[in-house]
Amino acid sequence: MKIPYSYTFRNLWARKWTTLLTVGGMALVVFVFSTVLMLEEGLRKTMVDTGSYDNVVVIRRSAQTEVQSIVDRTQAALLESQPAIALGGDGARMISKETVVLVNLNKRDSGRPTNVMVRGVGAGAVALRPQVKIIEGRMFRPGASEIVAGRSAADRFTGAGIGEMLRFGQREWRVVGVFDAGKSGFDSEIWGDAEQLMQAFRRPVYSAVVAKLSDTARFDEFKKDVESDPRLTVEAKRETVFYADQSEVLANFIKYLGLTLSIIFSIGAVIGAMITMYASVASRTAEIGTLRALGFRRRSVLAAFLLEAALLGMTGGVIGLFFASFMQLFTISTMNWQSFSELAFSFTLTPAIALKTVAFALFMGVVGGFLPAIRAANLKIVDALRAV
Amino acid sequence: MYYLKMIFRNALRHRLRSGLTVLGIVVAIVAFGLLRTVVDAWYAGAEAASKSRLVSRNSISLVFSLPLAYSNKIRQIDGVKAVSYANWFGGVYVTEKNFFPQFAVHAPTYFDLYPEFVVPPAQLRDFQRDRKGAIVGRRLANTYGFKIGDSVSLRGTIFPGNWEFVIRGIYDGAEKKTDVSQFFFQWDYLNETMRKVAPRRVNSVGVYVIGLSGADRAAEVAATVDATFKNSLAETLTETEQAFQLGFVSMTEAIVVAIRIVSYLVIFIIMAVMANTMAMTVRERMTEYATLKALGFGGGHLAALIFGEAAVISGLGAMLGIFLTYPIAEKFGKATGTLFPAFRVHDETVYLQLACAALIAVIAALVPCWRAARVRIVDGLRNIG
Repeated sequence: MKIPYSYTFRNLWARKWTTLLTVGGMALVVFVFSTVLMLEEGLRKTMVDTGSYDNVVVIRRSAQTEVQSIVDRTQAALLESQPAIALGGDGARMISKETVVLVNLNKRDSGRPTNVMVRGVGAGAVALRPQVKIIEGRMFRPGASEIVAGRSAADRFTGAGIGEMLRFGQREWRVVGVFDAGKSGFDSEIWGDAEQLMQAFRRPVYSAVVAKLSDTARFDEFKKDVESDPRLTVEAKRETVFYADQSEVLANFIKYLGLTLSIIFSIGAVIGAMITMYASVASRTAEIGTLRALGFRRRSVLAAFLLEAALLGMTGGVIGLFFASFMQLFTISTMNWQSFSELAFSFTLTPAIALKTVAFALFMGVVGGFLPAIRAANLKIVDALRAV
Repeated sequence: MYYLKMIFRNALRHRLRSGLTVLGIVVAIVAFGLLRTVVDAWYAGAEAASKSRLVSRNSISLVFSLPLAYSNKIRQIDGVKAVSYANWFGGVYVTEKNFFPQFAVHAPTYFDLYPEFVVPPAQLRDFQRDRKGAIVGRRLANTYGFKIGDSVSLRGTIFPGNWEFVIRGIYDGAEKKTDVSQFFFQWDYLNETMRKVAPRRVNSVGVYVIGLSGADRAAEVAATVDATFKNSLAETLTETEQAFQLGFVSMTEAIVVAIRIVSYLVIFIIMAVMANTMAMTVRERMTEYATLKALGFGGGHLAALIFGEAAVISGLGAMLGIFLTYPIAEKFGKATGTLFPAFRVHDETVYLQLACAALIAVIAALVPCWRAARVRIVDGLRNIG
């Protein structure tokens, strides 16, 4: 025979303050746990959305980032003639020869300088990144000292808003447009005409070549061709892989820090739950004796107390998750160590994270309630009834 | 004496509960200490940096270099005592996981500007004589087992190719905070190799390090340096070494802020656990408190008992926690290798840990104290817990 569920609910309600404190502690732990997961997911999503599977990025061999890489004009021309690259509507190959540099700009809110990626692109760049759309103003004109800023770059850096001017490379650059890149890494960048930027920076080389493959299955063929060509000292990566690699260190850092914190915090929460449940058992010894005397089995008592602990965890989990979901309104902006440039990404809540979080909370509750529940179940009827 | 006895007896009445609470506090105090130490490690580079040295770099950003010719021009500026220069190398040792900072430095002058890097004179001479020589920090040498005379090969990421070096010296830090995980080699080696493979990148310097004749002249000299190269192809941005290092920290500020918030959150969580324990304790003993009151003890007496008990539990947890922080921080520092320039527990962290423990005790005892002091004797005696 089972102990009615209402018994469990009412017990929690009878000790409102203790329940509240325990649930509060749990909710905080769950909040931290889910926030870290959301942050990791946000970073992953930003980087995954930046690349497309059909595109291939070519950089100098052993350079890890576009900024470190050098691809000269001869090599870029050789890459353009690769047969695996798709042809666009105008019959030209779908390729963008890009030069990427870092420029120090001040943040609008703190006035502190940070590294911002400035990407000089060719005419084909937008065709290769369909997620990039001008939302304000217009695209820069080739040959002019004009630039367009990604949405989050325009918001965050002084001088990067539409109509404003930026000064670098001995020139004034007018921001003529703002583009939205669908929450990808490009949102944190500034784009201009590759030829103009190369002249301004006295850097007559490209950093990377991005191309679209005519057939995604031809990647291996393309990679083999360019990497075995003795005139080319480059390596080719799928764009998705390239950007995932770029954020690997940051992603791992968030993951390990988050994991360590979650473990430490959950120890605190489990102890909290254990103290509460032990007290709950101790103060109800006579009650448990009565229940047993009425004919409820040890199993039922165990189940009732476990359910109570699980309920504590569950409530904490739901409350923590509720508050964590508001974190989605915030954007984190920090330097990505690998690309050495500022990257903005937001907390992203997915059903999988919600599920993981609630499971984690439930687990904490059950672990905390396990030993006390066993003690309750093992009480001897006579002794328990004698307790005051 | 009688008070103390009573407090300790009370604290030991529910051994399991007190033990669990102490354990929770230990975990929280250790976590707090570790997180603070991580944040301190973040700032370690800036902390060790000098205010009397200037760093001059390309004003566009660090990825652009400055011409070698600036060296002589800077030296002529009034207030400049010595000039040296360095390039960030960013090579990979075996795999990308083995990160440590590597710099190509102007061998004849660099170590004169950094008295905190203590190199035995004979080793320094060996380094300066060997074009492929390198000097490494003690911690780096211990991590990878580098010994004098060893060959080390780095794969260049910014400067392509495989680079061979021979360890000629190991430096120690003059102070605890000195970064002893760096790798220095001759700038001339870099420059000569670039002359062969990439002539366009020859004679370019990453940063100039400027020694001042007096620390008070930093702002003035920095302004003069920048004015000298204004409107040139490579404008400079000159700041004190400390400001330069803080610039890096501020770029990752979001992470530092997050760790800070979290470190206080853990204290908050444990506060809830401790408050819970005290609330339960007091509720169960309400009859006793009423009895004590009936015997003539005042509310202040009861409050002292409850505060005392909270202080004993929290103090015990804090002591164990602080005691454990050191070995755990050391292990953690070893595990992260040369990622952080220095990883040590500051005295300030320990004071903060103590303050947090005191705060936990006070906050946890506050409401229970108030309830015990306010309870009417009749109600208390009627209470059945």
